[in-house]
Amino acid sequence: MKMRFVDEFRNPELIRKTLDEIERIIEPDDHFRIMEACGGHTYSIFHFGLQELLPKNIEFIHGPGCPVCVLPPGRVDEGLEIASKNSDVIFTAFGDVMRVPGKKGSPLNYKAMGTDVRMIYSPLDALNIAMKNPDKKVILFAIGFETTAPSTAITVLKAKELDIDNFFVYSNHVKIVPVLKSILDQPNMRIDGFIGPGHASVVIGAHPYETIAKEYKKPVVISGFEPLDLLQSILMLIKQLKNGESKVEIQYKRVVMEGGNVSALEIMNQVFEDRPAFEWRGLGAIQNSALKLKPEFSKWDAEVQFNVEKITIEENKDAQCGEVLKGMLKPNQCKLFGKVCTPDNPVGALMVSSEGACATYYNHLYSTMSL
Amino acid sequence: MCLAIPGKIIELLDDNLAMIDVSGVRRKVNISLIKHENVQVDDWVLIHVGFAMNKISEEQAKEQLQLLAEIGEEQEALAEVKGYQFE
Repeated sequence: MKMRFVDEFRNPELIRKTLDEIERIIEPDDHFRIMEACGGHTYSIFHFGLQELLPKNIEFIHGPGCPVCVLPPGRVDEGLEIASKNSDVIFTAFGDVMRVPGKKGSPLNYKAMGTDVRMIYSPLDALNIAMKNPDKKVILFAIGFETTAPSTAITVLKAKELDIDNFFVYSNHVKIVPVLKSILDQPNMRIDGFIGPGHASVVIGAHPYETIAKEYKKPVVISGFEPLDLLQSILMLIKQLKNGESKVEIQYKRVVMEGGNVSALEIMNQVFEDRPAFEWRGLGAIQNSALKLKPEFSKWDAEVQFNVEKITIEENKDAQCGEVLKGMLKPNQCKLFGKVCTPDNPVGALMVSSEGACATYYNHLYSTMSL
Repeated sequence: MCLAIPGKIIELLDDNLAMIDVSGVRRKVNISLIKHENVQVDDWVLIHVGFAMNKISEEQAKEQLQLLAEIGEEQEALAEVKGYQFE
C-alpha cells in the first residue's frame, strides 16, 4: 500500500544519486565510524540493506537507542514482582517489553503463571484499564526516550484531572544525550560522528546535542528513518568530517524543529524530573540520564506507592551485551550469538526487541553470515 | 520502540482528540502535544503511542527531495563542459 511521506523517501533513482555522491566524496584512505543512536535506524540500515550499498570504509556502530535493550536486568522483575504478589494489580506494558527475560521469566511468562499482564499500545490504554477496573491497581511500566515520555506525562496529568487513584507509573524513561556522552567517555572508544535519533529529537530539538558537537567535536545529524533520509544524513556527516567540522544538523526537517516540540517539553518538565543516576545495561550508572515523577505526582508513582524490592540479576557471564552496546563488538562476535541467544530464546535484551542490534543482525544477516 | 507513523487529520474531535487516517485505517489520536501548532483538517502529523508528535511539513519534505534530485547535476554539467573537444 502506498504511504505518503514514506514512499517518496524510498525512490530508487534518488537513492542511487545520493550513494554516488557519497562515493564521490569519500576517499579510499578514509575510515569513518558512525554511530546510529537509535534502534529504529539500526533496523532501517539492515532492513534496507544500506550497509551493503555504502562504501566499505563507512562502519556503523550500533548505539544505545533501544529503550528495552538498555533497561538494566532486574527492572522488569521489580515491576512484575509487585503485580505477582498482589492479586489486585494489573501490569501493563508495550509489546516490546513483553518478552524481556527477567529472573523468573518475562512478562509473558508471568502472565502464563497467572499474573494479570496486559499489552498496551498507548499509555492512555493503561489509564482506561484503570478506569474500567476501579477495584484493581494498574501499573504502567513506562519505557522510552524523550519520544515517549511526554505521552506518559500527559497520561499522568489526565489521571490527576480525572482524579483516578488506581493508576500508577513505574517510570523507566531515559534521556538520549547523557548516554551518548557516556559512550564517548568510555576508554578506547572511537566514534567519528552520530546519526541523531529522529523521533526523540521531535521532542527535544537540536540544541541538547550541541555539547557533543562543541565539547567532543563530533558531528551530529538528526535523521529520519527512510533509506533516503539515512543516506542523506550519512552524506551530510561525511561532508562535515571531510571539512573538519562538527556541527549539529537536522536532516529530518519535515518533523524536527531546532527548538523541539515546546508543548511536549513543557508537559514533560511539569511531570518529570531527572534521577540523580540511573543504571544502564552494559554501561553502568549514568548521572541525570533518566526521569522519575516529581514529588507532587507521587500519588501516581509506583515506586512511591508500592514497596519495590530492588532486584539485581547477575548477567550470564558469557553474554557480551555491554560490549555490543558500546560498539566494541559486533553482535555476531558475542559468544552466545545465534547459538544460546536467539530471538526465540533471548538471553540479553538486545536480542528481544526488533530494534535491538542483535535481533536485527540475526533477522537480517543470519543466513549470509559465517558464525 | 520509537516507531512513529504519518497520518492525515480527517476530523477534529472534543477532548484533545482527532480522527486520523493512516493508510486508509481511521483511528482516534490525542493531539494535546500539537495544540499550539494550530492543527487543522488535512494536516499530516506524525503519530507515536496514540499521540500526534508534530505536524509534518510538506514544504520541507519537497525541499529535501528536490535537494537530492539536484545532486550530481553540477558535476554532470562540469563533466560535459570538460568533455568538449573543440580544439
